Amino acid sequence: MQNFTRRHTMLSLAGLAAGAAMTAALTAAPQTALAQDLKVGFVYVGPVSDHGWTFRHDEGRKAIEEKFGDRVSTTFVESVDEGADAERVITQLASTGHGLIFTTSFGYMNPTVKVASQFPDVKFEHATGYKRADNVSTYSGRFYEGRYVIGQIAAKMSETGVAGYVASFPIPEVVRGINSFLLGMRSVNPEATVKVVWVNSWYDPGKEADAAKALMDQGADIITQHTDSPAPLQTAAERGVLGFGQASDMIQFAPETQMTAIIDDWGPYYVARTQAVLDGTWESSDTWDGLAPGMAVMAPYTNIPDDVAAMAAQTVADIKSGAVHPFQGPITDQAGNVVVEEGAVLDDGALLTMDYYVEGVDGVLPN
Amino acid sequence: MESLTLITLSVITAATPLLFAATGELVTEKSGVLNLGVEGMMIMGAVTGFGVGVITGNPFVGVLAGTAAGAAMAGLFAFLTLGLLANQVATGLALTIFGIGLSALVGKGFVGVTVNAMQRIEIPILTDIPVLGPILFGQDPLVYFSFILLGATAFVIRKTRVGLILRAVGDNHDAAHAIGYSVVLVRSLAVLFGGACCGLAGAYLSLVYTPLWAENMTAGRGWIALALVVFATWRPGRLILGAYLFGGITILQLHAQGAGWGVPSQIMSMLPYIATIVVLVVISGDKAKIRLNAPAALGKIFHPAR
Repeated sequence: MQNFTRRHTMLSLAGLAAGAAMTAALTAAPQTALAQDLKVGFVYVGPVSDHGWTFRHDEGRKAIEEKFGDRVSTTFVESVDEGADAERVITQLASTGHGLIFTTSFGYMNPTVKVASQFPDVKFEHATGYKRADNVSTYSGRFYEGRYVIGQIAAKMSETGVAGYVASFPIPEVVRGINSFLLGMRSVNPEATVKVVWVNSWYDPGKEADAAKALMDQGADIITQHTDSPAPLQTAAERGVLGFGQASDMIQFAPETQMTAIIDDWGPYYVARTQAVLDGTWESSDTWDGLAPGMAVMAPYTNIPDDVAAMAAQTVADIKSGAVHPFQGPITDQAGNVVVEEGAVLDDGALLTMDYYVEGVDGVLPN
Repeated sequence: MESLTLITLSVITAATPLLFAATGELVTEKSGVLNLGVEGMMIMGAVTGFGVGVITGNPFVGVLAGTAAGAAMAGLFAFLTLGLLANQVATGLALTIFGIGLSALVGKGFVGVTVNAMQRIEIPILTDIPVLGPILFGQDPLVYFSFILLGATAFVIRKTRVGLILRAVGDNHDAAHAIGYSVVLVRSLAVLFGGACCGLAGAYLSLVYTPLWAENMTAGRGWIALALVVFATWRPGRLILGAYLFGGITILQLHAQGAGWGVPSQIMSMLPYIATIVVLVVISGDKAKIRLNAPAALGKIFHPAR
């Protein structure tokens, strides 16, 4: 495995030389004498050590290494900005013999599609986007299903009926999560509300902590987040307020605070897609899996009474079986327009382009 | 009233690291050296402070170690710019990039680890006074220290012989050299002091502000500290104003969002930076005032004639 960080790739020549030397040294060793079938590349938006989003993708990468051993090698580049830098990094991976490349953040969508058109023989997998091509698949998790579950837990555990939500960027994925969380809350307590603070960053522990403080100062007694560091949860712990982990199990940061976490489990998907390339059966596709196939998994329920944990487990089971859909009508937006009639559910198209708050979210959505 | 107290507390924690780093950089610049490596020294202070805090279990030892790490980075800068006469701007930028990379490497083992955070002081009765109690008597020890440090720095620069020598070296190194002062020694000490303060600011981030280690966790605060020194026109008293103004706007914009004001959060996030730029422009309008306090030899390399 080679690991180029963004800083290293700034010195790309030196980095490549070192990487090439390393590869040469490895292939010279007898145990890797077998021809390698595939090189898989990963582009990460944060450091693998973020204990959130990127950390979970890296766990998926490790699942590939574990499954295929010497047949497949993997490379990752971490902390890649979602701008021009991404295109350069993806091109670099594509031109250094990688047959399958996972780009794991929404902002990599355009660079991925652009580079893919120049490398028709390389397969690309872009997370959370919606632009596909013959050699570009998209995949994402229905993490909003988990957010509905934690919304219910929040409503049960809150005394003020107000939850605080530390949000990153106002894109459909995040807005959908906020709405799902609120609908979960309201399914338990029709008066519950959620306050939202946008920090305009995926990863800035200081700012995330400040946002959590601001929310608690304004009466939120449950903290949840759609940013990647454990700082909001830790800040909640300092004040004795309960909260949820994001993307991975964050229990070690707040053993008496985390009630559960929505864990992203990319491993099975990554292994399946790698297998498909090896078998020659890879095709461009759009995957959007949730709790049922196990792309989203709930962490153990802690710091909550048994009946609340049982309720959460039941909701998870109902979502898996299809008996409950987080966006089950009737749903009205903040302006009072009915977006789904009673008896219907929002379709995936509407979910993917969601750009409004549902009734009950306290605040105005920045656009 | 209670929320006012809480907001003020958040503002103080946001402003304190800026105040430490800016105080250090002010002294460095007063000696005529421009060290742009504040961010790099801060992040090294953060990772070292956190690491030592974890290993020893004592946040105070961590803070000392972070301070030492900042000073060590500054020592490297002093060696390059004062010893080898390297360009200060380039070396400072390199120090930042180096610090961010090195801290990520050093900190690999500390990701996801928890640490004993430094506790706030609790003085019975006094801390319980409504509103003012927690603000005046319930801070963590470093907040008080930031004010003591700044006061002492202001006093030394203005009122003492040491301060006079420091300013002399920063204003005209040739003259200071001619009357027998060691320019390199004075500047080295000022740079080391600046680095120690930046290291302390970093340790504050990783041990008090958010008690965790995360790569790149200073998130640009070092650059803000640099801007604050110009904002304050090299006068210590104005540093407090700048640091608290900046910290205040950062926190208030988050509160405004939570309270549901319909202002786009992107604009809110820009506010602190816009405020800094506006003040810089206003201050820069009066060249004479700047010249009064700005070190005349700032950034100039000293070649002893003999």
